[in-house]
Amino acid sequence: MTQAESSTVSETSADQPSDQQFSFGVLQFPGSNSDQDCVNAIEVMGHEAHYVWHKEESLGHLDAVLVPGGFSYGDYLRAGAIARFSPVMQALIDFANKGGLVLGICNGFQILCEAGLLPGALIRNRSLQFRSEFVHLGTINHDTPFTRAIPKNQLMRVPVAHGEGCYFADEETLAAMESRGQILWQYTTSQGGKEDHANPNGSVRGIAGVCNEARNVAALMPHPERACEEAIGSADGQWIFRSLIEHLSASR
Amino acid sequence: MSEPKITPELIRQHNLTEEEYQLILKQLGREPNFTELGIFSVMWSEHCSYKNTRPLLKGFPTRSAKVLVPAGEENAGIIDIGDGLAVAFKIESHNHPSAVEPFQGATTGVGGIIRDIFTMGARPICAVNSLRFGKLDSAEVRRLFRGVVAGIGHYGNCFGIPTVAGEVYFDESYEGNPLVNAFSLGVLRHEQIARGAAKGIGNPVFYVGPATGRDGLAGAAFASQDLTEESAEQQRGAVQVGDPFMEKLCMEACLELLATGAVAGIQDMGAAGLTCSTCETAARGGTGIEIELDKVPQRGPGMSPYEIMLSESQERMLIIVHKGREDEVKRIFDKWDLPWAEIGFVTDTGQMVVKHHGEIVADLPAAKLADEAPIYHREAAEPAYLKETRHLDLDSIPDTTDVVGDLKALLAWPSIASKNWVYRQYDYTVRNGTMVHPGSDAAVIRVKPDSLPVLKEDSPNRDVVAPEKYLAMSVDGNGAYVYLDPYEGGKIAVAEAARNLACSGAVPLGTTDNLNFGNPHHPELFWQLKEAVRGLADACHHFDAPVTGGNVSLYNQNPKGAIDPTPTVAMVGLIEDPSHITTQWFKQEGDVILLIGAPVDSQDTHQGLGGSAYLKIQHDLKKGLPPRCDLAKEKTIHDALRGWIAQGAVRSAHDCSEGGLAVTLAECCISGETARHTPHLLGAEIQLKRSGKNRLDALLFGEFQGRIVVSVPSVFVGKITSQAELLEIPVEKIGTVGGNSLSIQVNDERHEWNLTELHDLWFNAIDRIMES
Repeated sequence: MTQAESSTVSETSADQPSDQQFSFGVLQFPGSNSDQDCVNAIEVMGHEAHYVWHKEESLGHLDAVLVPGGFSYGDYLRAGAIARFSPVMQALIDFANKGGLVLGICNGFQILCEAGLLPGALIRNRSLQFRSEFVHLGTINHDTPFTRAIPKNQLMRVPVAHGEGCYFADEETLAAMESRGQILWQYTTSQGGKEDHANPNGSVRGIAGVCNEARNVAALMPHPERACEEAIGSADGQWIFRSLIEHLSASR
Repeated sequence: MSEPKITPELIRQHNLTEEEYQLILKQLGREPNFTELGIFSVMWSEHCSYKNTRPLLKGFPTRSAKVLVPAGEENAGIIDIGDGLAVAFKIESHNHPSAVEPFQGATTGVGGIIRDIFTMGARPICAVNSLRFGKLDSAEVRRLFRGVVAGIGHYGNCFGIPTVAGEVYFDESYEGNPLVNAFSLGVLRHEQIARGAAKGIGNPVFYVGPATGRDGLAGAAFASQDLTEESAEQQRGAVQVGDPFMEKLCMEACLELLATGAVAGIQDMGAAGLTCSTCETAARGGTGIEIELDKVPQRGPGMSPYEIMLSESQERMLIIVHKGREDEVKRIFDKWDLPWAEIGFVTDTGQMVVKHHGEIVADLPAAKLADEAPIYHREAAEPAYLKETRHLDLDSIPDTTDVVGDLKALLAWPSIASKNWVYRQYDYTVRNGTMVHPGSDAAVIRVKPDSLPVLKEDSPNRDVVAPEKYLAMSVDGNGAYVYLDPYEGGKIAVAEAARNLACSGAVPLGTTDNLNFGNPHHPELFWQLKEAVRGLADACHHFDAPVTGGNVSLYNQNPKGAIDPTPTVAMVGLIEDPSHITTQWFKQEGDVILLIGAPVDSQDTHQGLGGSAYLKIQHDLKKGLPPRCDLAKEKTIHDALRGWIAQGAVRSAHDCSEGGLAVTLAECCISGETARHTPHLLGAEIQLKRSGKNRLDALLFGEFQGRIVVSVPSVFVGKITSQAELLEIPVEKIGTVGGNSLSIQVNDERHEWNLTELHDLWFNAIDRIMES
């Protein structure tokens, strides 16, 4: 499909940058492959992005960090399981503990769970196959740095591309997360329904993305960074980056 | 360690004929040793030498003003796309490995073609594939299909390259011998073209990438013999194991190294591994090369020179570095945690010298090995079966009485049904370049500045921002047509690829082809090859789409006989302006539906039903002459369509192929998709006229060539029809877009289909078979 049928975000946001420039870091592990897409998305949003090599022990001065998709370390052992031991991860954990904004996408979600920065785990898709398709996302909690700019009832049409994206946490954890507003996004139908067939991977409660208790670390399996331009099928992913930028502007 | 003695038996086991052995003796002036015999056997296999096909391939047009690196010169051809940018692309088969080990066979097929692309200095930005399997009612075929698709997906997904297009056919002729043809395309600036030549006497030769193991021993030779149950069992060890993670690192490191300017020559180790890469680079450089096998990283102790030289372990590269700049290789490969080793140097002897434990274990003339393989002009004879298949008596076949049921059956037939079960396993959005996803006539990719490899630090173009480019690609090939008429079938494969590009708004740039045929020693099978190549060449010439490279896979047969001869044609085109990008599904209620090209070809005695999907499904016949392909008319139609697209007159364009006009119209109604479980269904009211002598099934399901269904805003209809008249192109208004059903009225008979039902039949057909 092209020139997507649903146009929900005007592409003018890149032309109207907030007066402030923010600096985003994009971690690069061996096997990261959506790192360039993250940089591309941040540039579309009118801000700066820098790669941070996994052997670095410091992040330097960054306003927010993206942990991108891919197959870090070939997904050997278990998706994200080796990346969390990279030198840069300690720096990332320190950054997060000081309240820095961290967004994980796809493999980045798996890494953040493995590193203990987010609750739960990601297991193989229910189909036992890789799934690549556009899905619709509904936002559950609009009161976070990752969701604040997303209008109520605004669905986002974004692609998924993963083999291990089935979110899992035990009932107790889920209940606690729900009460603390940590469930950010769920898979929905094009009408916003929560029917099971909207769920591409079998995630518990159709969860697509979550955040930590402090709400400064979040992650999702779908790829908002691959949905920031109508030319490639959707610009809905901009809502998430716009939220981050709005939050950074407000807190500077 | 004692090596086997050279005996007639050993020579035969190496797939070399007595005649070829005599030639080896003549070239060397002595007997080869065991390692040397192995080296000759792989270098002179069909896979590496094209010894049976070289004379035929000379018929392909290979030049145009845009061709920067022509076919046969390097690992892949390169074509100019303007503004100092270029594309490198190629298709390659991995049929036999996939038949015995579908997952690994397919992964390494993808890995191999990606390596061919970055070896040229290009950054691979997309992958495409063309697959053939037996019928899905066999559990074994389902196993192969499942394994191949998972393997292709695994490699591309992990590597991080979008797999954006492809085709899959199912036919009993491929049972036991599936076809797995993988294509990749990369982009680069003209100044970044890398060469696989060993230049500079004394320059060090580096081996980079993972250690060499015993996997894939002599895979090239395996690919160059008939596939039998016995050979499959024995050769399981000839299938390599792919590691896309390693290849991703290897590519990044190689592109980074190329940007330093330290590289004098670079070549991947694909078929015939270390053997092929060393002697080909020396041959291209007009030099010699000397390597020390003790320095080659090895997975285990005790590997013999024979094994090290013939191993096809994956993800390895050979790099010739300018003397004095060795440290840059070490720095970059250490950064990427990749193994590297300096294993030899370039010499002026013209010899490929291999040492092991201080002794010379092979000393062979590189150029002779690489370029002077024997050439065979094989005997060709028109196959006897054609006398029978050409004779199709349509009068003995009753015309359809159930148009509604026929269309449903065609749409649910796996070769026509939606391939979403396949491409939903392929990441097609990574790299933020995919503008038209799998599921339309051609995929469209944008080339943006970050698609390109990093430039050298001293490049004058470092500050030049490359403009965006839009590339379309399609892969096509109908084996049944080629079986029934190899020349016409070859033409059609190219014409359909060109038509698909035209439907997306693109002008063809070039072609890469994969010739999947049977045993060339069989005169009838060789005739198929010869005629098909003639058809491909004529058509490529006609569409100004020179062949920039490709692959020949012979010996495709199983115990029941040869496969349908199947050339697969991947064509790449350029779209001038993003607003010209066009997809196949209807967009807007009220648009007028036009059929470009004559509804029926009155000169086709088989009324478009020869070799058709309809005849196969409803009458179980693979007979008749395929529809005729008039290249001149095709070209005029493609040019006109591009013109109308450029005027903004065309909202959708879809080519008529398998299943004919009715299937095309149905696909226009049901193939749009916005997201998971969110099809974009839009109906149509069609009116067709049938004259007395034409069959109803031929009108609806005949596969006449050179036809395209477009939808246009009504204001453009007058303009298009008057321009068409000037160009002598038949254009007919056949209906209007709208509603939630497809209705086709022929004279006063009306047939109607519910779109939700049609979509379900078409979209879920393969899923139902594979997941039940």
